[in-house]
Amino acid sequence: MNTALQSVPDIYRILPEVILTLTGVWIMLMDAAMKPSKSRRSLGWVGAFGVTAALYASLGQLSMPAGTAFFGTVQTDAFSVFFHVLICGIVLVALLLSLDTLPANQHHRGEYFALMVFGAVGMCLLTSAVELLVVFIALEISSISTYVLAGYRKNTGKGPEAAIKYFLLGSFATGFLLYGVAMIFGATGTTQINDIAALIPVAKSPSLVLIAFALLMVGILFKVSAAPFHVWTPDVYEGAPSPVVALMSTAPKAAAFALLIRLVYGGFPTLKPMWLPLLWAVAVLSMTVGNLAALRQENVKRMLAYSSIAHAGYLLAAFAGAGTSGIAAAAFYTAAYSAMNVGIFAVITVASGYDEKLPLIGDFRGLIHRAPLLGGLMLFFLISLIGIPFTGGFFGKFFSFTTASQGGAIWLPLIGLLNSGLAAAYYLKLVVSVAQAPSSNAPVAPKPQIGVAVGTALAFATIATLVLGIAPGQVLGAAKASAQTFATTISSIK
Amino acid sequence: MNFDVVPSSWYLILSALLFSLGVIGFLIKRSLITVFMSIELMLNAVNLSFVTFAHEWHAVKGQIFVFFVMMVAAAEAAVGLAIIISIFRARATLNVDQIDLMKL
Repeated sequence: MNTALQSVPDIYRILPEVILTLTGVWIMLMDAAMKPSKSRRSLGWVGAFGVTAALYASLGQLSMPAGTAFFGTVQTDAFSVFFHVLICGIVLVALLLSLDTLPANQHHRGEYFALMVFGAVGMCLLTSAVELLVVFIALEISSISTYVLAGYRKNTGKGPEAAIKYFLLGSFATGFLLYGVAMIFGATGTTQINDIAALIPVAKSPSLVLIAFALLMVGILFKVSAAPFHVWTPDVYEGAPSPVVALMSTAPKAAAFALLIRLVYGGFPTLKPMWLPLLWAVAVLSMTVGNLAALRQENVKRMLAYSSIAHAGYLLAAFAGAGTSGIAAAAFYTAAYSAMNVGIFAVITVASGYDEKLPLIGDFRGLIHRAPLLGGLMLFFLISLIGIPFTGGFFGKFFSFTTASQGGAIWLPLIGLLNSGLAAAYYLKLVVSVAQAPSSNAPVAPKPQIGVAVGTALAFATIATLVLGIAPGQVLGAAKASAQTFATTISSIK
Repeated sequence: MNFDVVPSSWYLILSALLFSLGVIGFLIKRSLITVFMSIELMLNAVNLSFVTFAHEWHAVKGQIFVFFVMMVAAAEAAVGLAIIISIFRARATLNVDQIDLMKL
């Protein structure tokens, strides 16, 4: 067994990232080599191919024993593979979605595809990094790519505004995270997440550890847009192109949640009495603030932005779970949330187009009559977001709330259920609007076209949401297996 | 003259002060460029902490960290200034209060 452990060459531990990087570089080179007038569509397919290859490469990592590589900076285990597959899946759907919806004459489309792939590099690396230096770099790779993508509609006033808001607040939060890393380095002399746990009891000054932990939390909770670090979310989602929102409302969050799990269960398990009430408070605050603010939104993307804040709250509730079940529930919820959120943004992209002809809830009136398939899918994803059975959203909430109550926080599921009721109110507004008979003075929207790429993207999101709702066993099994990574550090808490 | 007499804690206090100045600048300044510079100040304050801790622990790791932070800050500056230029082209202003197409 020991020889098998040593026989895995380091490069295989980062094979998905290597494939993604090469794909991104290839797209950029080809973009420069192609005539400006030529369509960049083929580059999008190159990206989709590379992301699929990376997905298979990460699945292949399951067959090798869990372990670290490159002087203990990255670690591949069932946990990292779970999130790699999830992130590659999301980026694949986002790329397919962009292929058909970006205007054909748009210049620099090549760099758009490259940025999405580079973002995937950072997000994937973030889920397998166990050294805070690599965490920082991975976080920045993913952030810088998404900053640029957020402002991709340069000719509208809202595009650059979304980018600058995301950029300034994102860098601000990164500054805090980095200061936290410096503090933890000062307190323990290490930046290796796996070593921090053992060194905290002998740290130079316990208060330094606490400050470090608080600063790290600020940085990560910003990335998952949990209240009170959520203010950027609605503006950025409103200004960014819809396919980009499909990506950045899910993939970077999944990566940040993976980092959060690694940090609190792998690096700071001894501080559990500290971070558990903190995460509970953030969970309750996110749910309530997100849902209350979503109630009074008229813009669909803003409403979904606030709903994503609430979903971050439901997800954080899972951290209250005892033992590894909390991690499994959180991982499952991330998958379910990603599937349905990518799905609904895919529908919005197709229905309202790149120029976003349908910004308001009322504009979607009669969608199901104009485009039955699209309207039906929209209703399906909304039902999943509400959390009605036989959809991924239901099981996600179910596991999250049950594990929270098993962990001893009975009131947390109660608040969560009350919030779900509140959330149903604004989701139903959109449901009613989609199902209503079309009004005569409706804005002239383009007839939604479902091409091959977009059709595939919609099919992926729909099947994923459906499978997670009808037969969640396999994904839940994978989530539980991934949670076993932290079994030893968790058992050391008690 | 012995330069070791300056205790490490002084550097850490200076670093904390610089970081706080960056935070305050970020919050109260109204020009995008100044806000952006405040973020750079925060990152450099962190660098000072890293170097101090590297000296404390006799670990070169902290200094390597500083290189990476500077590199990332440069990448961030490139993207940030590009975004600021595109804002200026679209709106002809760099005043934070006037970049308010989207509000709660």
